[in-house]
Amino acid sequence: MIPTDVTDATYYCQVVDCQWACPAHTDVPAYIRLVGQGRHAEAYMLNRSTNVFPGILGRTCDRPCEPACRRGRVDDEPVAICRLKRVAADLRGNVSALAPRAARHRNAKRVAAVGCGPASLTVANDLLPLGYEVTIFEASTAPGGLMRTSIPAFRLPTAVLDEETSAVIEMGAEVRYGSPVTSMAALLADGYDAVFVGSGAPKGNDLDIPGRHEPGAAAHVHVSLDWLASIAFGHVRSIGRRVLVIGVGNTAMDCCRSARRLGGAEVRVVARRPRAFFKASSWELRDALDEGVEVLTERAPRRFVVEDGRLVGMEFDVLQWDDDATHSTVVGSELLPADDVVLAIGQENAFPWIERDLGIEFARWDLPVVDPVTMASTRPGVFFGGDAAFGPKNIVWAVAHGHEAALSIDRHCQGLAVDERPAVRASLVSQRMSVGEWSYSNDFNPVGRQETPHVELSRRFADLGVEVELDFTPAQVAREIERCLNCDVQTQFSAALCVECDACIDICPVQCLVIVDDAASGANGAVGANGANGAVGANGANGANGANGATTPGSGAGLVFVSTPLPHTGHVMVKEEDLCVHCGLCAERCPTAAWDMAKLHVTHPRAGAQTSERVEALA
Amino acid sequence: MPSIAKPVIASLILERNAIGLTIRDYEGPMSTLCAGCGHDSTTAALVQALWRASVWPHRVVKLSGIGCSSKTPTYFLRGAHGFNSVHGRMVPIATGANAANRDLLYLGISGDGDALSIGLGHLSHGIRRNVHMVHLIENNGVYGLTKGQFSPSADVGSRSHRGEHNTLAPIDPIRLGLSLGATFLARGFSGDKAHLVPILEAAIAHRGFALVDVISPCVQFNNHVGSTKSYAEVRAHQLQVTDVVPPQETAALSASDQVVDVAVPGGGIIRFRSLPSHYDPTDRRSVAAYLEDHAQRGEVPTGLLYLDESVPDVHERAGSTAVPLNELPYSVLCPGADALRALQDARY
Ligand SMILES: Cc1cc2nc3c(=O)[nH]c(=O)nc-3n(C[C@H](O)[C@H](O)[C@H](O)COP(=O)(O)OP(=O)(O)OC[C@H]3O[C@@H](n4cnc5c(N)ncnc54)[C@H](O)[C@@H]3O)c2cc1C
Ligand SMILES: Cc1ncc(C[n+]2csc(CCOP(=O)(O)OP(=O)(O)O)c2C)c(N)n1
Ligand code: SF4
Ligand code: SF4
Ligand code: SF4
Ligand SMILES: [Mg+2]
Repeated sequence: MIPTDVTDATYYCQVVDCQWACPAHTDVPAYIRLVGQGRHAEAYMLNRSTNVFPGILGRTCDRPCEPACRRGRVDDEPVAICRLKRVAADLRGNVSALAPRAARHRNAKRVAAVGCGPASLTVANDLLPLGYEVTIFEASTAPGGLMRTSIPAFRLPTAVLDEETSAVIEMGAEVRYGSPVTSMAALLADGYDAVFVGSGAPKGNDLDIPGRHEPGAAAHVHVSLDWLASIAFGHVRSIGRRVLVIGVGNTAMDCCRSARRLGGAEVRVVARRPRAFFKASSWELRDALDEGVEVLTERAPRRFVVEDGRLVGMEFDVLQWDDDATHSTVVGSELLPADDVVLAIGQENAFPWIERDLGIEFARWDLPVVDPVTMASTRPGVFFGGDAAFGPKNIVWAVAHGHEAALSIDRHCQGLAVDERPAVRASLVSQRMSVGEWSYSNDFNPVGRQETPHVELSRRFADLGVEVELDFTPAQVAREIERCLNCDVQTQFSAALCVECDACIDICPVQCLVIVDDAASGANGAVGANGANGAVGANGANGANGANGATTPGSGAGLVFVSTPLPHTGHVMVKEEDLCVHCGLCAERCPTAAWDMAKLHVTHPRAGAQTSERVEALA
Repeated sequence: MPSIAKPVIASLILERNAIGLTIRDYEGPMSTLCAGCGHDSTTAALVQALWRASVWPHRVVKLSGIGCSSKTPTYFLRGAHGFNSVHGRMVPIATGANAANRDLLYLGISGDGDALSIGLGHLSHGIRRNVHMVHLIENNGVYGLTKGQFSPSADVGSRSHRGEHNTLAPIDPIRLGLSLGATFLARGFSGDKAHLVPILEAAIAHRGFALVDVISPCVQFNNHVGSTKSYAEVRAHQLQVTDVVPPQETAALSASDQVVDVAVPGGGIIRFRSLPSHYDPTDRRSVAAYLEDHAQRGEVPTGLLYLDESVPDVHERAGSTAVPLNELPYSVLCPGADALRALQDARY
């Protein structure tokens, strides 16, 4: 087996499953510990340093961290990472003293950003403290992009959105509202040092089937994005009694729940595919069902039915699908009555305002050609991010793109190569306090995941802005923070100190350690042969071992550490990271401190990151 | 000393043995011994052996004397019976318990101080009587509990942690056992579970007194340069003499593995898989000569070194009751004054 190269920070980074899965690399375990200590302001600022909008994301994030979370492998339910973020945001108090500020001295570089969504705001957030002048052009009248116009207020209160968007803008960004950019050529002609395109994927898909264009249909068939925006700006305040929502993504969930609040009594979501293939997050679907929305599956829209110049319903093909829902056959038809129909069947990019002769190349589906690392377009000095770059994603991806784009813009403006990126920096610091004492709560707590409390149904529809989800109670917070396994406090092994007493192997509660005679046995068999019980084989990560999982992309699942040869026998220590609960018992029982529990601190490069060439350039 | 317990992780699917128990069912509370103590590894080996042998925890009696080693019965098999006797007196207690109930597995755990100093006389007679028990000596060459004085197993020239050199000749329990008519003599190393676990399983299956000398380094007082019982020294001088397969597992083996088979009375065989040439583990003189030879070279021979399943155990010899005393009806256990008088009349 090849010894794991732990000098490459990637190994330890992958052990922190949540942080590795988070597009913005939020230091989750560190903020959870801060929440546990009641240090909400610090927990908030730690979040803000990576994801910029903790209050917004603590309510709405797509949470890729949670399916990745190690706790989910240990007892089925991941840590409620997202809701603990919200706790930090809601209890943070006044953090203005801790907030980043624009540089006192401008650096004479001007950056234009198109759109005032999370992607552009992140770019501004990163560049203003470095002295850049940032001008944001926004078509609508308020900041936030789809966070304001699409995400309903019952999921994201306007006050939270206002606070976090203005925290960035008030640093000194100039936002020109009501100013759609209609020509990229003209914008470039204004002489900005760099342009960032964060205009999103603003076009909701329409459904061009018979009846759509008949008079009478137009006023009662709504396209999700426009309709939700009209609600957000108060232009739409009611809807018919019977509403059909077409589509089953998260947008459909927001539409049907909005319809319930605007007066829709019989709201039905209609899907082509069976329930198991829905795109909506489980929790959003559950909330919709709780609110009395009906879900009908295996029905494909055939036509809008208009009678006497009035929309009366829709006709559907009833489908029968094969097992993996790839092929369907029409087995009948059905007429569903409706006063209004909302189409929530996806959104698209549209760049009618970018001339195609500017050196900005476009590929399929009208998407620009964008470098996934640098966010650079094919025209130097023009960068994309958020939904505008690769199609609709989510807020935290927009933030991650914004950070990378800001780093690129900074390098571009400083005359440095954009595709050379500063290194990720990492450090490990021992957390041992004394015998049996660690700086973190290392005891495994078997408590189950806490349920987010919800406002009772009767009070939910009083007003569009009644936030449905509530904060965890203090008791729930106390329990939930103990569920985090502190994956950033890593098992660090020093082969030179090991006397092969087996104490760590014997104590490990998840049997993830084994000493293997590398020379004598194939990588796989050796782990299965662990002592006499073979239980390591039962952990299931055995297969990954042969592949020497250090290179396994992804996360702690399947990741394997292999030491250099041990001094006494030349055997190697092998650790499967998969189920390690970071209890520290291995380090506790090690007589020579060959195992230690050391906290990983990772810094991902941001705009302004110092590299040697940059230091030289500035000198 | 860690303040926390080894947690149970619900999602971990553990293998079950023939009686449906997982290895965690054979564990005990967290050890309070020094981190890295060889005794803890020996405990872990015992846990594995008992699990593999599918022993019911409540059918085991754990006995010990005084010492760090003698503390270890606390740290495994929480469901078993236990008796922590005074220093060196474990064998007499085991002998008595054994007389009262021969159905249980008697597992004695002692140290080199406990067994070879104050308890040497009892050990000798336990061997002679072939008391049906497993007797472990967790041998570290020192009195660990009383802070590292030389024990009777310390080698000549071995240096203590305070710098003195031992001048007294060591007692080797294996060679002592050979001279006393022992029927099962084995030596293992706590740092080598692959060989220790099968030895312990074979000991559990043995007909009489199974003496297992486990070299079990004291990390606190005898793991330094100059000690002959440190992890490094034992590893450098360990000589694996025999490789055994315990009766529980011989069924799965092919005939080609066989070197010597010894049938055990309970059914099954202990199989020697590899042996040096001219070494017969059933021949006392061959073993004695081999051990004498290798002791001279400073080597530490390990393995099941001597085995004799032909000698009756203490019960067979004494003709004691097969039914445990606590299961005998009172009328049989205490037949009354008339029966006593009849016995006395017959004898005197
Ligand atoms: C109904 C719905 C619900 C959603 N819910 C969630 C959720 O819960 N969690 C989550 O993470 N994500 C959610 N998303 C996705 C998320 O809102 C977007 O991925 C994210 O807002 C993208 O950010 P952005 O900065 O790229 O662009 P946007 O937020 O789309 O902002 C783009 C801005 O650019 C402006 N603009 C566009 N063209 C021009 C132009 N030519 N000139 C000037 N301004 C222009 C627009 O007016 C807009 O304000 C949801 C999306 C929808 C549709
Ligand atoms: C009658 C009596 N004499 C002396 C002692 C002091 N004493 C306690 S433990 C011990 C020696 C233990 O050595 P060993 O059996 O090798 O155990 P270890 O701690 O090394 O495992 C001694 C002498 C005692 N407890 N009782
Ligand atoms: S247990 Fe904690 S540190 Fe580990 S992946 Fe989950 S949230 Fe992150
Ligand atoms: S910290 Fe050590 S003992 Fe605890 S689960 Fe991880 S490897 Fe096992
Ligand atoms: S003193 Fe020695 S024998 Fe006793 S617990 Fe510590 S290491 Fe083990
Ligand atoms: Mg001792």
